[in-house]
Amino acid sequence: MAAARPQPGDPLDQDAAISVRGLVKRYGDFTAVDGLDLDIRRGEIFALLGPNGAGKTTTVEICEGYRRRDAGEVRVLGEDPAEGDRRWKSRLGIVLQSGGGDSQLTVRELLRAQASYYPEPRDADEVLGLVGLTEKAGVRARALSGGQRRRLDVALGIVGRPELLFLDEPTTGFDPEARRQFWALIRSLRDLGTTMLLTTHYLDEAEALADRAGVIARGRLVEVAVPSALGGRGTAPALVSWTEQGARRTEATATPTAFVRELATRFQGEIPDLAVARPTLEDVYLQMIGEAGR
Amino acid sequence: MTAVRQSTDERAALPSLPSVYRSRATVELKEFFRQRESVVFTVMLPVLLLVVFGAVLDYDLGGGVTFTQYFLAGIVAAGILGASLQNMAISIATERSDGTLKGLVGTPMPRSAFFVGKVVQVLAVTVLIIGVLLLIGVVFYDVDLPSGSDWLTFAWVTVLGSAACTLLGISLSSLAKNGRSASATVTPVALVLQFISGVFFQFSQIPTWMQTVASLFPLKWMAQGLRSVFLPDALAADEPAGSWELGRVALVLGIWCVVGLVLCVRTFRWQDRGSR
Repeated sequence: MAAARPQPGDPLDQDAAISVRGLVKRYGDFTAVDGLDLDIRRGEIFALLGPNGAGKTTTVEICEGYRRRDAGEVRVLGEDPAEGDRRWKSRLGIVLQSGGGDSQLTVRELLRAQASYYPEPRDADEVLGLVGLTEKAGVRARALSGGQRRRLDVALGIVGRPELLFLDEPTTGFDPEARRQFWALIRSLRDLGTTMLLTTHYLDEAEALADRAGVIARGRLVEVAVPSALGGRGTAPALVSWTEQGARRTEATATPTAFVRELATRFQGEIPDLAVARPTLEDVYLQMIGEAGR
Repeated sequence: MTAVRQSTDERAALPSLPSVYRSRATVELKEFFRQRESVVFTVMLPVLLLVVFGAVLDYDLGGGVTFTQYFLAGIVAAGILGASLQNMAISIATERSDGTLKGLVGTPMPRSAFFVGKVVQVLAVTVLIIGVLLLIGVVFYDVDLPSGSDWLTFAWVTVLGSAACTLLGISLSSLAKNGRSASATVTPVALVLQFISGVFFQFSQIPTWMQTVASLFPLKWMAQGLRSVFLPDALAADEPAGSWELGRVALVLGIWCVVGLVLCVRTFRWQDRGSR
C-alpha cells in the first residue's frame, strides 16, 4: 500500500477527510494517545481496531471536537476540530459509543428535531427506511430494543447528510443477525458517498466493512493496511500440519502446495490429519497488540 | 480539490436561530408533558397539597382571611420552585448522564437553543401550575384574584423568582452524578425550604433562627411577594418585618439571579465529569 500510513513529521494531508500528526493526549500520568499519525481519505471506510483502553475513543473524540489534545495537529474536513464551528459540525455525523437517552419523543419526532439543526437534512422518513425503522416511526424512542436504539443512533447521525460519519463501536451488544443487518446499512451509506471512521473491537466487522484498517495499541497506530493484508497476512507463510509417527507436526511454508505434494509423495496417498491454514486476522491482531505492549 | 471547496461554499445556509429555538421548544414541551412522573410530581402535587391543606386547615387567620388563602400564595411559590429549580436540576442531570447533552453538542445546534428550550418548558409548566392553583383557589376557597397593581407584582415576583430558580437548577444539575442522585439531593432540600419559608406554616410562627436560614434562599422571598398579592394589606403587619418588603424581595431574587447565572456559566458541563 503506497502512502498507506503517514510518517511522523509528514505534513498534514489537506485533501484527506481526517489528517492527524503526532497526536498526544494525557489524562494525569496516563498517556492515552502517544504520538499518533493517521490519514483517512475521502470516501473510504476506515476501521480503527484495538483493545479497550488503547486510545480509540480518545482519538475519535478529539477528531469530533469533544476532547482537547495535548500535542499534535488534527484536521477534520480541512478544519481544526478544537475550533470547529456550527458550519463545520453540520458536515459531520456522530454516533457515540453510548447512544442517546430515554426520550419521550417518537422515533420520527426525534429525527425531525435533529434534522432541524442542519442546513440540508435528509428526509426523516427516507432515513427511517435506510436504517429499517419505518415501522417504528411512531414509537417512543424509550420503547425501542437495544438494537433498534442503535439504528436510531445511526439515523440521527446521518439525517444531517454528513460528509464524514463517526461510528464508535456501533454494534457492541448486537446478536450476529443484527450485526449483519447493520453491516448492510453501513455499506449502503458508503454507496451514498459518506466517508466513515469506525471503531470496533470486532475483527470480522473491520474485515467485512473497512477499505482500510488501522490497529491502535498503547496510544500508537501500529499498522495500517487493507484488512486482508493486515500484519502481512496476505503473504504470511501458511501453516501445514499433519500427523506422523503418532505426533502432530507443523511446518510454516511460503509454498504450501509444493510442500503438500511432497508430503503426498512421502505418504504414498492420504496425508494423516492434513490441515493448511493462514493466520487469521485475530492471530495477527493479537500478535501486533502483544508486540506493541512489550 | 477546487470542486470540493466550491461545494462547501455553496452549501445551504445554516437554519436560522428562531427556527432552531422553535424546534427545541417543541422538543422540551413534549419531553415534559409526556412524562407522567414529571407531570404528577411537578404539577399535580402542588394541586393535591392545596386541596388537602385547604380541607384540613381552613381556619381563620383574622381579618376574614383563611389559612387556605395564605397557603395559596405559598403553594404557588412552591409550584414555581418545582417547575424551575427541581425540574431543571433533575432533567438536565439525567440528560447529561444518559448522553443526550453530549449528542446535542456534537450537532450544529446553537448552544443557546438548548437553554431557550428549557426556559420555554419552565414558563409553560409555571403558567399551567399557577393557572390550575388559582382556578381551584377561586372556585373552592373564596380566594380573590389580584386586582390592579397586584397583577404587576404577581408578574415580576413570578418572573424574577422563576429566573433565579431556573438558573440555580441548571447550576445544581452540574453537581449531581445523574438524574437519580439529583432528585435524591434536590427533593429533600426543596421540601425543607418549603417548611421553613412559610409555605406550609405561617412564616411568623416559625422559630427566628429558621426564619433567618430561610431568608438566605429565594423561596421565602417568593412566598412573601406572593402573599402581598393574595392577602389584604392589613396582614402585612403579621410579617416579621411588619411589611411586605417588596423592595427587598426584588433585591434578594435579583441577587440570586446573578449568583445563579455566574454558577451556570462557570459550572455547566455538556458531558459527564472525567471525559475531556
